[in-house]
Amino acid sequence: METLERFLAEHKFLENMKPEFIEQIVGCASNVHFPAGEVICREGRDADKFYFIREGKVALDIHMPQKGSISIMTLEKDSVLGWSWLFPPYRWQFNARAKTDIHAIAVEGACLRAKCFNDHEFGYDILQRFSQILAERLQSTRLQLMDVYSANG
Amino acid sequence: MSNLNGNPMLPQSFRIERIKNETDDTFTVELQPSKNVMDLSFHAGQFNMLYIYGVGEIPISISGDPCSQDSLVHTTRVVGTVTKAMRKLRVGDLVGVRGPFGNPWPVEEAKGKDVVLIAGGIGLAPIRPVVNYIIANRHAFKNVVMLYGTRTPKDILYPREIKLWEKKHRIHTFVTVDRAIGNWDGNVGVVTKLVARAPFDPQNALAMACGPEVMMRFTVRELQKRGIVDENIYVSTERNMKCGIGHCGHCQFGSEFVCKDGPVFRYDKIAHLFDVWEV
Repeated sequence: METLERFLAEHKFLENMKPEFIEQIVGCASNVHFPAGEVICREGRDADKFYFIREGKVALDIHMPQKGSISIMTLEKDSVLGWSWLFPPYRWQFNARAKTDIHAIAVEGACLRAKCFNDHEFGYDILQRFSQILAERLQSTRLQLMDVYSANG
Repeated sequence: MSNLNGNPMLPQSFRIERIKNETDDTFTVELQPSKNVMDLSFHAGQFNMLYIYGVGEIPISISGDPCSQDSLVHTTRVVGTVTKAMRKLRVGDLVGVRGPFGNPWPVEEAKGKDVVLIAGGIGLAPIRPVVNYIIANRHAFKNVVMLYGTRTPKDILYPREIKLWEKKHRIHTFVTVDRAIGNWDGNVGVVTKLVARAPFDPQNALAMACGPEVMMRFTVRELQKRGIVDENIYVSTERNMKCGIGHCGHCQFGSEFVCKDGPVFRYDKIAHLFDVWEV
């Protein structure tokens, strides 16, 4: 538990979080490892966890009929994989695959949601951090959609 | 290259020595003076006006090595009438050249510092001379970081060179694409997101960015977030350059002329114009 707490406290996403809040996350967390090539989650399946990536690269992709998998984002060390655990119906929006060996900390979504519900200050802190991620990814997606490098971009 | 026998408005005739297709819509031409031996020197970041006889004249940044005077090198994309005609030229054909024009990248000022180069799409072409200059003077620079973003893996310019920058010349190179299908093993995402984790000291770094204007706006914000002050951020802008010497006014950007005062500007000098529509 002490190691988990240290890993979480050092993760960029949880920078400056109160130690008692980190402790709350530790109660829902476990160490996980995915070998390169393994599918971590699939679009449409239950999003019962999210992951703090400690080492390795994860490819987010979406499958398009007749085109195959389109890679839309790479996540690396210090990134967070998954926000679908926060919102009903709690289903993954994309596929995630380990591009390299992944060392991560998995957090049980239902466990953390319950803690957020019981401690609103903690819940607000978590929501604020995830909102920041959502905003950054929305901004990145907008830039990608603008297709600024095309001849007409 | 000295300004064409004293008359910057008079094109000199150059012969195409080599043409290389870089991507589906991008190509590089190497040019040699067709008659007299000329001084081909230029500063990284400058551009030439290339005249395709009977079609028209366009500004194209110089993408060769400023430490070598073997030939004039230009990489461009097929986007308009002139570049379409240029693509059809063959080795041995003649083009007119005026230049070099414009304010260059601050490579001398970057000595003794970390250097952060950020390029988007065809914007890598005007940045490449900076890389060449750094390679020739590698000891004079500290950490050098190259962040390059483009559309898809098949749109990556100079892929072999990029690998050498990392392997042979200690340039931390990060390439990202906006989208990828198939076996792309690299990064997917926008180039601006690479700034946050790039290895440089913001207190002693100088950043140079070139790419689509919207990409540069977001790049500047990320550099600012990392703590680089505006005085240490340089951007290369693009406008409709015609004369190349600040006389005709086609490329006016607020009170500046991009052909003469740019294309490279220190960000704090043009920050007030950067977010203004229709400048």
